[in-house]
Amino acid sequence: MRVYLDHNATTPLDPEVLAAMVPYLTEKFGNPSSLHAWGWEARQALEQARTTIARALGTADKDTIVFTSGGTEADNLALTGVAAAQEKRGRHVIVSSVEHHAVLNAAAHLSRQGFEVTRLPVDSQGLLDPDDVRRAIRPDTILVSLIHGNNETGVLFPIASVGWICRERGVTFHTDAVQSFGKLPLDVGALHADLLSLSGHKIHGPKGVGALFIRRGTRMQPLLHGGTQERSRRAGTENVPAAVGLARAAELSLRDREAVAKRLGPLRDRLERGIMAALPGILRNGHATERLPHTTNLAFAGVEAESLILALDLHGIGVSSGAACSSGSLEPSHVLMAMGLPRERVASSVRFSLGRTTTEEEINRVLEILPPIVERMRRVNAGLPASVGARA
Amino acid sequence: MTFPHQVKGTVVVAMSGGVDSAVAAALLARQGVPVVGITLRIWPSQRPADPSQRFDSCCSPGAVEDARAVAETLGIPHYVLNYEAEFDREVIQHFAEAYLNGETPNPCVPCNSRLKFGSLFARAKGWGATRMATGHYARVEYDPATGRYRLRRAVDPRKDQSYFLYDLTQDQLAAALFPVGHLRKEETRRLAAELGLAVATKPDSQEICFVSRDYRTYLRARVGDAIIPGIIRDAAGAVRGEHQGVALYTVGQRRGLGIANHQPLYVIHLDPGKNEVIVGEDKDLWTRDVEVGRVNLIAVARLAGPQRVLAKIRYAQPAAAATVIPRDADRVRLCFDEPQRAVAPGQAAVFYDANDPDLVVGGGTIRRRQRLSNAEHGMMNAEYRAGKANGPDPRET
Repeated sequence: MRVYLDHNATTPLDPEVLAAMVPYLTEKFGNPSSLHAWGWEARQALEQARTTIARALGTADKDTIVFTSGGTEADNLALTGVAAAQEKRGRHVIVSSVEHHAVLNAAAHLSRQGFEVTRLPVDSQGLLDPDDVRRAIRPDTILVSLIHGNNETGVLFPIASVGWICRERGVTFHTDAVQSFGKLPLDVGALHADLLSLSGHKIHGPKGVGALFIRRGTRMQPLLHGGTQERSRRAGTENVPAAVGLARAAELSLRDREAVAKRLGPLRDRLERGIMAALPGILRNGHATERLPHTTNLAFAGVEAESLILALDLHGIGVSSGAACSSGSLEPSHVLMAMGLPRERVASSVRFSLGRTTTEEEINRVLEILPPIVERMRRVNAGLPASVGARA
Repeated sequence: MTFPHQVKGTVVVAMSGGVDSAVAAALLARQGVPVVGITLRIWPSQRPADPSQRFDSCCSPGAVEDARAVAETLGIPHYVLNYEAEFDREVIQHFAEAYLNGETPNPCVPCNSRLKFGSLFARAKGWGATRMATGHYARVEYDPATGRYRLRRAVDPRKDQSYFLYDLTQDQLAAALFPVGHLRKEETRRLAAELGLAVATKPDSQEICFVSRDYRTYLRARVGDAIIPGIIRDAAGAVRGEHQGVALYTVGQRRGLGIANHQPLYVIHLDPGKNEVIVGEDKDLWTRDVEVGRVNLIAVARLAGPQRVLAKIRYAQPAAAATVIPRDADRVRLCFDEPQRAVAPGQAAVFYDANDPDLVVGGGTIRRRQRLSNAEHGMMNAEYRAGKANGPDPRET
């Protein structure tokens, strides 16, 4: 039995999503910009997908949705688009220290362009204090960008409170909701979000498609220049099958959201408690309740995360040490480091992320396989020279 | 040796991306042994600032791709581990420090004993592996008489790499598998071709994997601040010129000294303490008597007394008859029957059994050499002198 517990990295395509996409990869191949029937057919599907995504975010205004090549492009469009359009007003941008790299590195790019970037801290539970945002906003602040559900820990930020603060102060507010979209009810009105990023492949949709919600009136500039697609906010022939797939994936996620959350939360807790009952020296990273229901991040004292991941993989269990994009890099998780956790704890932390296809048998399988592996690794590591343990 | 019928449990194969480790993995996989391929990524993922670093050598990004392709062909799991920091600390740093200490290091020795059979195998045990295989040309056997795991030269004398493995402990040898040690290189390549491995025709690597062209350029980039010009003296103490930094010279080196002399001059000694390079004539390079430290014994637990051996003081040189005289726990005196030229401190000295020349008795690091007395010079075989004129060569295959 193989067990995939890395759904925060990516998820399998839902067969229903694939079925929805296939016609637009085959006979309904038209370019939405074309005047003829083929074009119209594609245009209709694209606009239908746009309406679906808008509704999923609690708005009837479909033109607030811009399809992108994924979460990273949505984040980049949000940050650099606002910065370019509003730089005359100010050159100060606020993010948190636990953002996804798509935001962190887009912000780093802005700081190289002469913008000033404030990276807000989080506490040891990974939580952010909205008052820190209030205090950080200055007259020249043009953008606040905060992640909604953290990809590494699942910890949730108080987005609605921050959104309200930004609204009051007249600062554009972006949230990266790539991990929470489809898993939590999201309403751009209630969140007071001006910009919101989401992605397809985290919710059993296709890779290579995402979207950015852009509230009407938000001053933005495009990232890509070319044709007038997406109301001139994102040039390039629209990826119609992917947009259709994203919309179908969103529909399915929202339809089953409550039932899935009700099942996955207890399953995740069962995994956590089972590991902690079987092994000493296990610490949870991140707040116990203020987090997504399908994610847990655990530190295994005396064990290297990389080695544990490899050993689990040899037993058919797929987990990760954090952001997929940073695996294989020597850098310890910036998210866990920002929480002030000791380096050794960070280097021994593993993320388990469940998905709607995860079953109780799979969790039982992990609880059967994992403890002896960790015990063996601890036994072996106890006899190692210090230089080995000091790694990472 | 009988393998791999004896192999129980998972074998981790250190796959460098070359043909030898690819065939090692293939031979094990073909026997039905559960095999896990591991490639150590020892290079920065981005191009380094130092252009002298190679990108087509062992464990480079290209090599990682090659190893991955081989694993895919063989249908075995394969993982890439980030060993950048560890390689830097355990291998490159030692390499640079050795040169700064006036020594000529063999970086492949610690890479085998500390990285591959050290920390990698330690981790592998955590994954449930019981054995560790590499693509080295050498053989391991168990000797029931002594209860020791012994290291032997490879079947193919031209490719033998036992010289680089002398530092392995009994525990490491007990776990070690060298599947290609029983093959000749042509057989390895033929097998690779038969198995459809893309690396079958990949050329052998010839240099230290992290140094391209010239180790001096590399050292300047790495520890340039510690490379300080100083004085060149002759053995009598007279100043003969200026050097660019002790680390940039090797015992036996002739070129690049910039001194005019009626006889060719060679580096005969490096004194990092005084930051001086000592030069002399060819006769000053010859020695019989070498002190070897950090000795690791393989065939025997300890040396009861003097033992006749065939000793190799650099990789690309045949072994020469000598006597090993134990001095203390990990130090021996190595007395050659015939004088040896340009014995470089820092190089490995590996001893093979005089009666069983494939068998590695042990080895260590050359500490210093005693210069020949005038009387011994007189006795020196002129023919032997004429034959050997190469400096030390810290290469692996």
